Amino acid sequence: MRDWLQPHRIILALIGVALVLWCATQMRWDWLPKYAPMMAEGIWRTVWLLVLSSLLGMALAIPLGLAQAAGPWVLAAPARAFCTVIRGTPLLLQIWLLYYGLGSLFPQFPWIRESDLWPILRQAWPYALLALTLSFAGYEGEVMRGAFRSVPRGQLEAARAMGMPRLKILTRIWLPQAVRNVLPTLGGETVLQMKATPLVATITVVEIYAVSSRVRQDTFIIYEPLLLLAVVYMALAGLIVLLFRWIERTGPQTRPAGR
Amino acid sequence: MTEAAPAPSRSAAPEAIRVTGLRKSFGPLEVLKGVDLTAHEGDVIAVIGGSGSGKSTMLRCINFLETPSAGTITIAGEPVRQRPDGTAADRRQIERIRQSLGMVFQQFNLWTHKTVLDNLIEVPVHVLHQPKAEATDRAMSLLARVGLADKAHSYPAFLSGGQQQRAAIARALCMEPKAMLFDEPTSALDPELVGEVLAVIRALAAEGRTMILVTHEMKFAREVASHVMFLAGGLVEEEGPPDRLFGAPQSPRLQQFLRSVG
Repeated sequence: MRDWLQPHRIILALIGVALVLWCATQMRWDWLPKYAPMMAEGIWRTVWLLVLSSLLGMALAIPLGLAQAAGPWVLAAPARAFCTVIRGTPLLLQIWLLYYGLGSLFPQFPWIRESDLWPILRQAWPYALLALTLSFAGYEGEVMRGAFRSVPRGQLEAARAMGMPRLKILTRIWLPQAVRNVLPTLGGETVLQMKATPLVATITVVEIYAVSSRVRQDTFIIYEPLLLLAVVYMALAGLIVLLFRWIERTGPQTRPAGR
Repeated sequence: MTEAAPAPSRSAAPEAIRVTGLRKSFGPLEVLKGVDLTAHEGDVIAVIGGSGSGKSTMLRCINFLETPSAGTITIAGEPVRQRPDGTAADRRQIERIRQSLGMVFQQFNLWTHKTVLDNLIEVPVHVLHQPKAEATDRAMSLLARVGLADKAHSYPAFLSGGQQQRAAIARALCMEPKAMLFDEPTSALDPELVGEVLAVIRALAAEGRTMILVTHEMKFAREVASHVMFLAGGLVEEEGPPDRLFGAPQSPRLQQFLRSVG
């Protein structure tokens, strides 16, 4: 508490408060009540796209990283190729290729069009989710490759020497340490993933960015929706950072503090 | 001073580990050129030799951390089944055999993301499916034995090298192994920490545990071993009871080696 009472901090805080007050009183927010429900829906869509694509992408990244770090070349080569292609092409392009490519390919097959999945596959969000998932998998596959390699060989050897089965070594020794070693990186990558989500607005998925564009088109108010959008993304980024800090703190201490 | 193992008991006890015709090459480099070793129950076999003599490789071939290029390994009368390329043929068998051989490494190799206690009970609980309370009791009494009862809930990074190595020994003991394999257990330790680890190993030897000990500690080898092997250039140059090997070395290479290590 005392830290906050220093003069320069107080002045900065006052400037911040003044800025917020000025924005609140001098800018136009009368559109807010009308669009608030739509914005809430948009935020919700952004959040679940982010959460699902990160979780699914991570689930793919683990085998991708493992294959590259320790797999035979028949697994390592395709994994490396996948990561290279995903990382080497713009996400926007991947989203469009999936949406306009797969999306126009599927209807040509009657058995797909008649299947129970069709009501889902004819919407845009599955392609958005797929593209975001593959993108996250591509980047994190590379991160996990390094992560698996960063675990000291001796610890895996000790597990082998004690007669641990290979799968147990992976799930109980190798993977936990690999993930822990790259937690700070993963936190940053998740924030980047969040900032990539507005791209799905280009294939008609109405997430928070799309809502803000809609407000601008309807009302010709430019700055206010964008400002609010920035605040929403910053809040989400803050939550992600806090979440990863919490995970890091609750985990085992692998080195003495301050070293 | 040193009590030489009585020769008759050496052959009377059942066989614990037998290595025959062990060869190992890394690419063009042949590290082991046909080594034989027999450890009966209760034997403490010290393996000495210069760096590059193949002593660590030999130890690591016993539990197949390294795949022998030729030769057979027999643990408690049970030969390890091998494929034609030398690798262990039966995963279940080699896992079971590894569980019966407690290995202690030069670099301790404790799992850094687990507390000392969790390191000890990891395999007993999660692989052998022993009741957690039972394994924890055993682990705590082992930690007390190696003088680490108060470190049970610490992470390895907070322990000194000597403490980590004692924890690693306790981890191996927690498996209730039939024999122990020590791979230069004090070589990575600061000089002042060597003594505490040797004291633990000495106590294990005194209680009649079967051990194979690769070491650079000549005085210690002479004191605890019942049998000493001197490896040179991938072959057993000389072996016998410690008093004879250290007191009256026959081969020029061993004489020179003992002079050089002082």
